[in-house]
Amino acid sequence: MSVFDIIGPIMIGPSSSHTAGAARLGRMAKIIAGESIKSVTINLYGSFAKTYKGHGTDIAIVAGLLGLTEENNDLKDSFEIAKEAGLNFKICEMAKGASHPNTASFDIITESKNIFIEGCSIGGGNIVITRIDDFALNLTGKFNTLIIPHRDMYGTITKVTQRLAEDKVNIANMSVVRKEKGVSALMVVETDQKVSNTCIKKIETINEVNSVSFIPPL
Amino acid sequence: MGFPKSFSQFREYVGKSNNKQLWEQIVNWEMEESELSKEVVIDKMDKYWEVMQKGIKEGLNPEIKSVSGLTGGDGYKLLNSEQVLSGQLSKKSMAYAMAMAELNASMGKIVATPTAGSCGILPGVLLAVQEEYSIKQREIVESIFVASVVGKIIAHKGTVAGAEGGCQAECGSASAMAAAAVTYLLGGNIEHIENSVAISIKNVMGLVCDPVAGLVEVPCIKRNGYYASTSLIAAQMALADVSSVINVDEVIDAMAEVGKMLPEELKETSMGGLANTPTAKRIEKELGGQ
Repeated sequence: MSVFDIIGPIMIGPSSSHTAGAARLGRMAKIIAGESIKSVTINLYGSFAKTYKGHGTDIAIVAGLLGLTEENNDLKDSFEIAKEAGLNFKICEMAKGASHPNTASFDIITESKNIFIEGCSIGGGNIVITRIDDFALNLTGKFNTLIIPHRDMYGTITKVTQRLAEDKVNIANMSVVRKEKGVSALMVVETDQKVSNTCIKKIETINEVNSVSFIPPL
Repeated sequence: MGFPKSFSQFREYVGKSNNKQLWEQIVNWEMEESELSKEVVIDKMDKYWEVMQKGIKEGLNPEIKSVSGLTGGDGYKLLNSEQVLSGQLSKKSMAYAMAMAELNASMGKIVATPTAGSCGILPGVLLAVQEEYSIKQREIVESIFVASVVGKIIAHKGTVAGAEGGCQAECGSASAMAAAAVTYLLGGNIEHIENSVAISIKNVMGLVCDPVAGLVEVPCIKRNGYYASTSLIAAQMALADVSSVINVDEVIDAMAEVGKMLPEELKETSMGGLANTPTAKRIEKELGGQ
């Protein structure tokens, strides 16, 4: 834990959980979606649903979806920027359905796919992405992160970690979840070092790997 | 060896260094932790201090309004009032702290110190002390490193989140951090710093987190002003060699215990305290759809 966890972050107010964390959730959703977002439904739960207007939670999330950071002065004007950029969004207040009080979920439509992402703002601007489509996970955005959907088959994990080792990339945390035996699974690898493009390409060439998304620390 | 997890450890680590070396030791720990160079670490804190100063100036705009429309302009009013009851330094600290908290509520750019809800206290006190005592920019930055270790120790032993420990964890921690920074700036040694922290926390123990309509505005903004001034009182006592009978580590443990004992209604849920008054309920309703 750095001194800048106590002094910081620099952020647009008023709330580290309801504004800064919300912006980070939006930005994480954009990065995970990977492609330009055509339209998105933002569902707010718990305290997010109750207090989002006064905290600018909705404004912050949309700013994040536009790629703005929690300290960007343009955050306040995200609705107008979204309009100019052609990002269609809808905010829904959900009565219930999430375990953490500050939860948001995203139904995202891009050029080529639909994707569902859910996450929570857990305090001090820190976030956790808890779900991508059918996969439950625990992604903090504090590390360099690889998200790798792949075919559920023996040896796949070894092949991925082998390529990381060749590039001297150390794994900090790792989780693997699968939807169906022998069909689809998701690997989330958090690393200490940045993963080079060459290394990502090498992982992409693994037969069982569907795609690789790399997320630098937020 | 990493950052100290208690004040007794802190004192053990820096025991032999003089006051002026305190902050350098903290910078060394940060370099170890974040794997950044000394220059980068200090530059980063420099930048943070600039954001804080800029924020106070922006927050002193008399026209400033929060998103909800509930608050704004009180820092300006206070700074420009003629009465000086508790001294110029105290008055300025309060006004600056409130201006910063008001900027926060208006979706302006702030630095969480340690949280957004308590973002006015440390910068407000530091800017007032800098002006009144003509202190160099660099020394202020050094004092923020000292404040940061205080916050880290509190966070390690307890919490700095209102939702976990009530407002004592937010405004209370911030006032302890500000008291330590001021004590450092005015020549206090590690013992003085410890006492300033202990005295601050002892007098904020049990403070509840009860934001009206769940917003970081009422009573947060005035509490920023209030606890900016009490941090000066704690520093004043500590620098006069007034010492806390209960040592600082035990005081922080007690605060953490009190935080746990506070009912959920008084920990940022807006179900008790000021948030549960008829006026608060009316405001909540008027803000609509929330």
